[in-house]
Amino acid sequence: MDFFNIFIRAAFIENLVLAYFLGMCSYLAVSKSVKTAFGLGLAVIFVLAITMPINWVISNKILSENGMLGIDLTFLRFILFIAVIASMVQLVEMIIEKVSPALYNSLGIFLPLITVNCAILGGSLFMVARDYNFSDSVAFGLGGGFGWFLAIIAIAAIREKIRYSDVPPALRGLGMAFILTGLMGIAFMSLMGIDPAALGK
Amino acid sequence: MAETLDKDVVVKAKEPLFGKVEKKLLKDPLNDNNPITVQVLGVCSALAVTSMVYPSFVMAVAVVFVCAFSSLFTSLVRNKIPPQVRMIVQLVIIATLVTIVELTLKRFQYPIYRQLTVYIGLIITNCIVMGRLEAFAMANKPWRSFVDGIGNGLGYGAILLIVAVIREIFGKGSLFAGSPLEMKLIGTTPDYFINTMADGSWFGWYANNNLMVLPAAAMFIIGVLIWIQRSYNPKLVDIS
Repeated sequence: MDFFNIFIRAAFIENLVLAYFLGMCSYLAVSKSVKTAFGLGLAVIFVLAITMPINWVISNKILSENGMLGIDLTFLRFILFIAVIASMVQLVEMIIEKVSPALYNSLGIFLPLITVNCAILGGSLFMVARDYNFSDSVAFGLGGGFGWFLAIIAIAAIREKIRYSDVPPALRGLGMAFILTGLMGIAFMSLMGIDPAALGK
Repeated sequence: MAETLDKDVVVKAKEPLFGKVEKKLLKDPLNDNNPITVQVLGVCSALAVTSMVYPSFVMAVAVVFVCAFSSLFTSLVRNKIPPQVRMIVQLVIIATLVTIVELTLKRFQYPIYRQLTVYIGLIITNCIVMGRLEAFAMANKPWRSFVDGIGNGLGYGAILLIVAVIREIFGKGSLFAGSPLEMKLIGTTPDYFINTMADGSWFGWYANNNLMVLPAAAMFIIGVLIWIQRSYNPKLVDIS
């Protein structure tokens, strides 16, 4: 599969939030306004696109039997992946703080949150489970991040509007967010008709 | 007199191993403080496994195990962790436990391991585990943290099983499919408990509901569960 196919597939057809429920916690907690959702979405794209290739190198060149060390170390995968993610988030945070204080101020609060965002670790684990090669993993990181970004922006916009609707009190807030996410999932399913192989022609 | 003396003895004796506090820690997460419907933690990793009961059951057991023992170990070393690196220490404890779970499943329950794929690994970033470590285990004694971990794992597992039972019965017509306890409830083939094609069957109108197999169904069911829970428990209602 080529770069573009995997990007489309990861962003729309197999959306991390709507098809796999990854990153639901921050998705529900930070989707109360479009502005903050935008910041978190950008940060997720950023971190996913960076950690995915790094984790690919670690998993295929160091931990696998055919890697540098020649020993099967796959049982260390979880610990190393989460360590890479935690340290990359720290590093990204420091770099952004130095380079662009404006961006840091808008992303700042959300960056540490991302360490425990399941979408990041889940992306890396999917990459391993599906045997992606290096460029595939870059495409999957970018596409998955973009899909997550789209989903959180959409739910935040809907939740901003629904505040003015007369929802039964017990359903207000969280309950409504769940049902809306389900409806969005069904809407995204219509994108399953896209045949990525046909797009390349 | 004898009675009062007995009471004094009980009070003087050290805190009982399983007293009121422990009971509350175990019971609260099942309803008033449920990790999924009230604390909104841990929705992330596990909803996709709820299309069938058996994988959800395995997942729930795994989460109870990881939650309980990570709370216990974190609580044991809580005074020795420097605050700056506490996240990393917690993550390493959790990741080690999850690796144990993964290898155990791979050895003894390979079909389920294949079915759960990445979701076992995602217990690491399951917010309940981290959330309880931060909120409870870092400030409490080992035994209580252990009980709190079990309670929260159970509260999470309860929601998981409720959703899975609904989805499997209506979506596939079976219960516990894939396990030794497999039951075939509603279907058209003769080996189903209620054969909908049989003459005079009460469920002749029933066809499997494919919506229930979709990921979206899990969202709807949890939404409705929250709705029901909050209508009975008005103090949980928020106006956000």
